Amino acid sequence: MNAIATPQAAPQPPIHEPNYLVVENTVRSWLLTTDHKRIGILYMISITLFFLVGGAAATLMRLNLLTPQGALVTSTTYNKLFTIHGVIMVWFFLIPSVPTVIGNFVLPMMLGARDVAFPRLNLASWYLFVGGGAFALWAIIAGGVDTGWTFYTPYSSTYANGHVIAMATGIFIAGFGSIATGLNFIVTVHKMRAPGLTWHKLPLFVWSMYSTSVILVLATPVLAITLVLMALERAFGIGIFDPAIGGDPLLFQHLFWFYSHPAVYIMILPGMGVVSEIIACFSRKAVFGYYFVAYSSVAIAVLGFVVWGHHMFVSSQSIYAGMVFSILSFLVSIPSAIKVFNWTATLYRGSIWFQTPFLYVLGFIGLFTIGGLTGLFLAALAVDVHLTDTYFVIAHFHYIMVGGMVMAYLGGLHYWWPKISGRMYPELLAKLSALFIFAGFNLTFFPQFILGYLGMPRRYHAYAPEFQVLNVLSTAGASILAIGYFLPLAYFLWSLRYGKVAGRNPWNATGLEWTTDSPPPKHNFAVVPVVTEPPYAYDPVAAEEALAAERKQREPAYVR
Amino acid sequence: MTALLAVWFLPPRASDIAREVDALFYGLLVLCGIIAIGVCAAVVLFCLRYRQGSNATRQAEQKTIPLEITWSVIPLVIFIGIFIWAGAVYFHMSKPPDNATEVHVVGKQWMWKIQHPNGRREINEIHLLVNHPVKLLMTSQDVIHDVFVPAFRTKQDVVPGRYTIEWFTPIKTGDYHLFCAEYCGDGHSRMGGWVHVLAPDAYAKWLADTSTTETVVAAGARLFQARGCAGCHGPNATVHAPPLNGIFGHPVALSTGKTVIADEQYIHDSILQPKKDIVAGYPDNLMPTYQGQLGEEEVMELIGYIKALGSTSGGVP
Repeated sequence: MNAIATPQAAPQPPIHEPNYLVVENTVRSWLLTTDHKRIGILYMISITLFFLVGGAAATLMRLNLLTPQGALVTSTTYNKLFTIHGVIMVWFFLIPSVPTVIGNFVLPMMLGARDVAFPRLNLASWYLFVGGGAFALWAIIAGGVDTGWTFYTPYSSTYANGHVIAMATGIFIAGFGSIATGLNFIVTVHKMRAPGLTWHKLPLFVWSMYSTSVILVLATPVLAITLVLMALERAFGIGIFDPAIGGDPLLFQHLFWFYSHPAVYIMILPGMGVVSEIIACFSRKAVFGYYFVAYSSVAIAVLGFVVWGHHMFVSSQSIYAGMVFSILSFLVSIPSAIKVFNWTATLYRGSIWFQTPFLYVLGFIGLFTIGGLTGLFLAALAVDVHLTDTYFVIAHFHYIMVGGMVMAYLGGLHYWWPKISGRMYPELLAKLSALFIFAGFNLTFFPQFILGYLGMPRRYHAYAPEFQVLNVLSTAGASILAIGYFLPLAYFLWSLRYGKVAGRNPWNATGLEWTTDSPPPKHNFAVVPVVTEPPYAYDPVAAEEALAAERKQREPAYVR
Repeated sequence: MTALLAVWFLPPRASDIAREVDALFYGLLVLCGIIAIGVCAAVVLFCLRYRQGSNATRQAEQKTIPLEITWSVIPLVIFIGIFIWAGAVYFHMSKPPDNATEVHVVGKQWMWKIQHPNGRREINEIHLLVNHPVKLLMTSQDVIHDVFVPAFRTKQDVVPGRYTIEWFTPIKTGDYHLFCAEYCGDGHSRMGGWVHVLAPDAYAKWLADTSTTETVVAAGARLFQARGCAGCHGPNATVHAPPLNGIFGHPVALSTGKTVIADEQYIHDSILQPKKDIVAGYPDNLMPTYQGQLGEEEVMELIGYIKALGSTSGGVP
């Protein structure tokens, strides 16, 4: 009988070292660690805190929108809240989420490496991230910023009150953390692969992280430059963007979206990598069309750089430029569509095991599909004119970034939690959390598509009374969503102490990370793994046979 | 059923372009609905059929290439079709007809200032004649704003230092929301009002019911004299400045050797930043800047006057 799943390399011999969590116990050993796994944990804790800040801002916004007058907070406060929500969630949660937590933790292990290529640079990345975050938090506490996360000029550079430059400095600093992480991952993938691990044997998560890293390295500097120019205009009145002093406001939008559209793919590609891993494992089948899924990540990374102008169809950009950006935007949707179709085909004739990570992935596929398809509406020029800057856009990108990326991040955490912590979480509660998040998410954001088509503009503190019913539904959904998010926080912490011990490979998965202990020792592997197998050597037929045999054994004698 | 849907999910449809946008929207809705339902149905079906322990056939290896090509090429072809359709409507949206009535719009934190050709001014309200095309000539005095009328399905940013144009033909009388759709600060959500589309008799009554005595062109003419433009550009000027009669809409040769069309933007910039484009054969230090001296509304009135200057008449009408 064949194995259910053949790991990419032979399992490690018994390891008699303490695991990475307990090998050193001082605070100093955590704050000065160069272990990629510990750095992943540091990131996990910090982005969770930022998520709570961004989530609190969202909660206040949703509560304010219960009534058309926006009775809870003033318009000034509301504008600061959506700026906090956007800045924190984009730069201090979504962009670092999968790459710096899951990427840091599992990427080197998937490659069979002891660590990333530059461990100390990796630690420096975290300090840059936290330093940038401190600036952002200081800007919030000191009085806030009301420019929106997009910092459009000349509002941000000339007219806005508040701590715009402090906020921009925070993003600027954190950006260098991103660049360093991207660089680190690129070099790691090129130079640190285990013997036998050729490019086409790489797990698809590695392909997606590699593509993401290329974007991080190439796009983030443009953001840094843009923010510096904006700050120069604001601080010294150097005319760059404000037409009153000889600047061009559209220039800012071009520069900003030249970074921020690729950044949208930073916020989804890593999630796609997680989905590929999980869907193969829990359908006990190799990902359908490995090459297409792998190279579609690369295609997304490349095409993602040439579609920025689709944010500017009504900005007074030339209509011919609009046409070029529109067709390119339709083209970039093809590789994403290919991925969805391939994941679906992976399920066909598989042996599907409904565990929590898989439920999150099902949620991802449904929500990402809706998010992606509504993107077509926004790529279609004439429809975008009506929909842009309305709640339709809000709903669209939340379906991608929250429905897609956050689902994938949580799916990934549930999948690798046994490896990270060595413990299992309570399965039933975990399934419940996936269900709550899926239901709450849809109730929160689906009404916003309708609001957008009806014409409710985004960033409105108060709104026309006919929009109230849909806004109340959305707020109701947000409260369910919040419960869904608090559940994992609670049971993951609980599992650290009380969870069932996981063992090396609780899912019977094929990646190199599963061939070593859970939690792994400091240097991951006792002997260097030699890769002999393709990435997803799962066998659904063998899985079914094994299951049947197990069931037969459990049956009482009189049935046999 | 459709009536219920309309009340709940559809904004009123009050411009000719709204029909085209809605047709496209519903086309996309059907297409994307089919794709979404197809994907979800396949996922659910496979999950049920191939759940652990079910007695369905399992298979590890499959042929991928024919399927990959199918599901890459078919969407690509459909998407290009949508691009062309949407692009055509967008193109239509971008080109106002010649007979459109030109209404001036200046956005400032946080109000819309409107001026009709007969000189009548409004704030946060626009009265329009049904079934007659309207072209809004728009600019901002401070930050970027955006004129959004959901019932017309049109939206256009209003950018400081630039003229942008939005046009539509209202096809149904009634009152429709006017929103600012580009975040502009504290009062952003209050920066709106109403578009009133009136039947011909009501519109005539509204036009007549006014204390305005001065049309846009007349106001421009007054400014032309009062602000000293006529001293150099007028018929009896002693200073050698480029004549303005009949230049609007015609090519102008610049000292750099380039030729530009004298449109609204060109005249606007020539008034506020005179050193930007120097007409060939003229010194570059002749004209003082009016930046900070003239508001955007006044510049628009001057442009209205210059547009009205015939090619032969030398003076002020």
